[in-house]
Amino acid sequence: MASIISIDRLGKTYASGFSALKQVSLDIERGEIFALLGPNGAGKTTLISIVCGIVTASEGSVTVDGFDIGRDYRATRSRIGLVPQELTTDAFETVWATVSFSRGLFGRAPNPAYIEKVLRELSLWDKRNSRLRTLSGGMKRRVMIAKALSHEPDILFLDEPTAGVDVSLRRDMWNLVREMRASGVTIILTTHYIEEAEDMADRIGVINKGELIVVEQTAELMAKMGRKCLTLYLAEPMSSIPGALEDWKLSLNADGYELEYTFDVNDERTGVPSLLRRMSDLGIAFRDLHTRQSSLEEIFVSLVREGS
Amino acid sequence: MMADNRVNFNAHGVWAIYRFEMARALRTVLQSLVTPVITTSLYFVVFGAAIGSRMTEVDGVSYGAFIVPGLVMLALFTQSIFNASFGIFFPKFTGTIYELLSAPISYLEIVLAYVGAAATKSIVLGVIIMLTASLFVPVTIQHPVSMVAFLLLTAVTFSLFGFIIGIWSKGFEQLQFIPMLVVTPLTFLGGAFYSIDMLPSFWRTVTLFNPVVYLIDGFRWSFYGTSDVGVVVSLVATLGFLLACLVVVAWTFATGFRLKD
Ligand SMILES: Nc1ncnc2c1ncn2[C@@H]1O[C@H](COP(=O)(O)OP(=O)(O)OP(=O)(O)O)[C@@H](O)[C@H]1O
Ligand SMILES: [Mg+2]
Repeated sequence: MASIISIDRLGKTYASGFSALKQVSLDIERGEIFALLGPNGAGKTTLISIVCGIVTASEGSVTVDGFDIGRDYRATRSRIGLVPQELTTDAFETVWATVSFSRGLFGRAPNPAYIEKVLRELSLWDKRNSRLRTLSGGMKRRVMIAKALSHEPDILFLDEPTAGVDVSLRRDMWNLVREMRASGVTIILTTHYIEEAEDMADRIGVINKGELIVVEQTAELMAKMGRKCLTLYLAEPMSSIPGALEDWKLSLNADGYELEYTFDVNDERTGVPSLLRRMSDLGIAFRDLHTRQSSLEEIFVSLVREGS
Repeated sequence: MMADNRVNFNAHGVWAIYRFEMARALRTVLQSLVTPVITTSLYFVVFGAAIGSRMTEVDGVSYGAFIVPGLVMLALFTQSIFNASFGIFFPKFTGTIYELLSAPISYLEIVLAYVGAAATKSIVLGVIIMLTASLFVPVTIQHPVSMVAFLLLTAVTFSLFGFIIGIWSKGFEQLQFIPMLVVTPLTFLGGAFYSIDMLPSFWRTVTLFNPVVYLIDGFRWSFYGTSDVGVVVSLVATLGFLLACLVVVAWTFATGFRLKD
């Protein structure tokens, strides 16, 4: 049995009548890092909440390690740790108390040595006796992670772990995630940033408007999606694109000051050198140039278009 | 499929919630315990000393002593409701409820933990009030077993009632509504501070529709052996209310607990 989580035709319609998930089927493999990518409101949190038991599914089924999340909820939930998107903590508890509480809540006997290890790894040890309301946002997020790890879960859900997090915490967090994966923990994270998913994940699932559009090995998805955009900032504005450049798919922006060329990095011939050569032949000067990865939005647009 | 070897009762989880709730009370120990002690003392200064000295005995008991069971019951009602309703409402309000919902803990265990903690707190409070009262008036307990039974039953029943209120409340106003506008008036009108035999017969009949009368009456009988409605009736009424609360809780669970979308 390779998959640790098996989601079958899962659907969720909220009481408002809004359909947040539509027939989502997905298998998470044991030990992988899976990134769920999607714009605001795509249904990422809804999906995670159902697997964790916070939201009730309207249709479909989920099994965790072979156990049904409804019938065998004790078995499934004790295997899962969740770091939710929202920062919600009890203001007056201490770090130590709240993390120990989580361990007990998840049915584990006290183990101060383990809690100490988790707090040290998350650089929270010095703060163990501080009340939560005195902590900064970044530290609170660490506390949420510590709570999720307190009962030694086999599966960790991280719902937008890097929202509002500075560079150093982000690095710490990714190091921790890699360590956890090395120790056999399966990790599912959500993000808006494709670079983040690309860096971390073994596989990526893209979700949009409640539908899982694509699930792919990261390398393959990136290859598919590896489109880049070259912007040339012209010295003199153009009124239209000269006929001599019509072999390239160009667009003219910013009142004729910017020429944009979208190309596929995987193509043997990207067309960039020849374009630049032709422009210099024509005497079209540019002040600067810039390339960027296609944005997540553009990827969604192209995926949705492909899908339909 | 392999059998899951993790246990079927999450004792660590229940204990964690129970301790959390008790710790919350200890942090506000001043508010939780000192306030009721002062309030009780004030009752005795006003009712016991000032008014009580001009009152005759009620059923052979001095007025000051007569009101002790009623005072304890009033505190038990309001504090049980307050503690249990706040305990479950607050995580709902702050969002920390996510953890409870994602934990391998059953609804029954959740109720056990919250109701157990709330009942413990109000029993401790009840005992403190009795001790405070005994400094002012001679408190005797003729039927200690029955007294303890009523104390436990009432604390558990009203904590359960409070839990239900906490689950159903959508805001702080609703949380306060039932304790303030229903329970306290019914208690004052329910013979906490007088024997219903002292009322004109019409009002006596009306009062018999007030469930609180039955709850207080049995408790008072445990102290002084005097009763308006009879201890068995009182016990049956208390158990009936407990049963009603259990039914509502069970029904709330069966229909999705009102905590999940
Ligand atoms: N309790 C609710 N009642 C009604 N609609 C809801 C509820 N919770 C979420 N929704 C709706 O369901 C959709 C999916 O929400 P969800 O939180 O799963 O999105 P998301 O992918 O996590 O978004 P984000 O990236 O902003 O976190 C949204 O349109 C949201 O408005
Ligand atoms: Mg979300």
